Amino acid sequence: MYKIVGKRRLNSTITWLEIEAPLVARKARPGQFIILRTDEYGERIPLTMAGHNAEKGTIDIIYQAVGKTTLLLDQFEVGDALADVVGPLGKPTEMEGLKRVAVVGGGTGNALAYPIAKGMHDAGIEVDMIAGFQTKDVVILEEEFRAGTTNLYITTDDGSYGEKGFTTDKLKALIEAGNPYDEVVAVGPPVMMKFVCQLTKKYGIKTVVSLTAYMVDGTGMCGGCRVVIGGENKFACVDGPEFDGQLVDWDELIQRNSFYKEQEKEDITHVCRLTGGVRYYA
Amino acid sequence: MLNLAKEKNPMPEQDPMVRNKNFKEVSTGYTEDMAVNEAMRCLQCRKKPCTTGCPVRVRIPEFIAKIAEGEFEEAYQIISTTSSLPAICGRVCPQENQCEGRCSQGTKGEPVAIGRLERFAADWHREHGTDESVERAEGNGHKVAVVGSGPAGLACAGDLIAKGYDVTVFESLHKEGGVLAYGIPEFRLPKAIVSAEVSALQEKGVEFVNNAVIGMSMTVDELFEDGYEAVFVGTGAGLPQFMNIPGENLLGVYSANEYLTRINLMKAYKPEYDTPIQIAKRVAVIGGGNVAMDAARCAKRMGAEEVYIVYRRSMDEIPARKEEIHHAIEEGIIFRLLTNPVAIKGTEEAYVCGLECVEMELGEPDASGRRRPVEKKGSNFILDVDAVIMAIGTRLNKLILETTEDLEPNKKGGIGADEKTGATSHKGIFAGGDAVTGAATVILAMGAGKNAADSIDQYLEAN
Repeated sequence: MYKIVGKRRLNSTITWLEIEAPLVARKARPGQFIILRTDEYGERIPLTMAGHNAEKGTIDIIYQAVGKTTLLLDQFEVGDALADVVGPLGKPTEMEGLKRVAVVGGGTGNALAYPIAKGMHDAGIEVDMIAGFQTKDVVILEEEFRAGTTNLYITTDDGSYGEKGFTTDKLKALIEAGNPYDEVVAVGPPVMMKFVCQLTKKYGIKTVVSLTAYMVDGTGMCGGCRVVIGGENKFACVDGPEFDGQLVDWDELIQRNSFYKEQEKEDITHVCRLTGGVRYYA
Repeated sequence: MLNLAKEKNPMPEQDPMVRNKNFKEVSTGYTEDMAVNEAMRCLQCRKKPCTTGCPVRVRIPEFIAKIAEGEFEEAYQIISTTSSLPAICGRVCPQENQCEGRCSQGTKGEPVAIGRLERFAADWHREHGTDESVERAEGNGHKVAVVGSGPAGLACAGDLIAKGYDVTVFESLHKEGGVLAYGIPEFRLPKAIVSAEVSALQEKGVEFVNNAVIGMSMTVDELFEDGYEAVFVGTGAGLPQFMNIPGENLLGVYSANEYLTRINLMKAYKPEYDTPIQIAKRVAVIGGGNVAMDAARCAKRMGAEEVYIVYRRSMDEIPARKEEIHHAIEEGIIFRLLTNPVAIKGTEEAYVCGLECVEMELGEPDASGRRRPVEKKGSNFILDVDAVIMAIGTRLNKLILETTEDLEPNKKGGIGADEKTGATSHKGIFAGGDAVTGAATVILAMGAGKNAADSIDQYLEAN
């Protein structure tokens, strides 16, 4: 069993969990992900790791409670245990040869951009992080971001905190101010990643994105996570999850991620109604 | 007393129109009387051709003689000396090409129902076997790791633990069994049987570590650092193939692997499980192998009104077992033979709404010896479906090859291993099953696992 040893609510919907998973922790690298199952009846969902501690044998995940599994996950407290955690899966972030990088995060995606930003910063790369949020109330992990990057820029859509505007506005300003980025990393909603890639393409800056897709096993066996990169089918689990964003077929990715949306909508109502998300086992 | 009937005792089965709506086992198994009666059809011939047809050399006439005498537990014990998974083999082996294919009775009538008798003996043991404490072999202090808990890995682990090795099996999924757990449906192989086989190995001392992806969670080289002196790799042939036709990424296109895993391992057919799956009305399954039959029959049970098998050659060339095809037809699966898909059509929201196919005709035999299907020009038509399942085979998973130094691939891209011994280019690493040969059968994988267990034993004794 995979015991939860730490839990912290970061805002009204985003939660940080620290989970005992020594097999994963000892090999984990920035950019990699795990697949977890809450209990016997749960589905297998992929989540990018927000951090890991090899000595303690723990990994960190940060998730937004939006679907049935994440809502269930929210019911777990310190001391409870998840049924399964497998990983690390996927290729780690490539950092070789990089000197200066801009990392762009959006919403929950910031939590997943953070280990990449910190990993690069720890490796001696200069990292400008642009963390975008809708509004002040949902800003997360500001201290961590500040400590783990060279410069931090927070944007909010409504201007209630940091600079008003989208992450792309800030990125554009930083590029035009002459910051020599070798690479941009973008993690967040697909639409945000798409717009970041459209922007950086104009400036000829390579942009890496981390993609989320439906998957079952995470080892290439099910083929459910296929994404089109440069006109070719790739499996997000073994070929990714990071890809050259300028080659991603965004419209298809967004479409594929909507496959089970009707079932998911129905499932969520099932979670909350009677038990508040707690499962009772006969 | 010899039973002179030319035909096998028929297998009792659930009614096709009932069973195509449930996931309970199709064949319900021989009764004791049926088994004894069938066992009496065995001629006990001196040449034992059946045994030579079995990849794990089950002592077939001997166990059948015991069934004929009503000594069912003894029959099971005889099978167990060579096969660690008889309840599984009795259900899923292609007996018609192996033991039964060589049975002397088969020259004039139907062969002895060896598979059904094997299943009977194994089921009888599971239901009636005494609870005497399991004998554990005396440990020899040597540690061996087995990667993958499918048929190859289980067979290898079973033989190694019997020889006294300290055996740990690493499995990447949350449940043991490999293809037996995720691929073969409950109605063909109840999962309780797979669990029982795994528990039996655990009782003998085999340790299972689930959620461990060798190559990611740890490499094979790290297993050696951890004190394992030999490693058997039985990871199977994992990556699903697609046809590279337009529309393959539309919503409602599955690989058979994904579709079957969601249903069998993740129990999408049970309401208490969260596993999402599309509930389709009309489904096309592309391919003609056992996996295609499994997917089609699952789709029917998931509530599809019409399910098609779309296969580009004719019934003479179709690779699935006769029994599975027969079961599928009985259950109402529609066979569209000599038909090849050329494109998948989608709605504006990108959901599958049709499969464009062409008719085929058979030309001259190709390299495989089968007549080559040739497209009939202008014969395009659209099959009205809302889901498409690709069951056209798998490629080899490179995870272990890419993460293990000095491990050479073979010509097919699998792990290069001697077919008899399982020895690879890397000292101490043995491999077998689909990871080496590409997709094959459960029994061939078991045979490879057993051979590798022998080789590992010799290798560690010599070192």
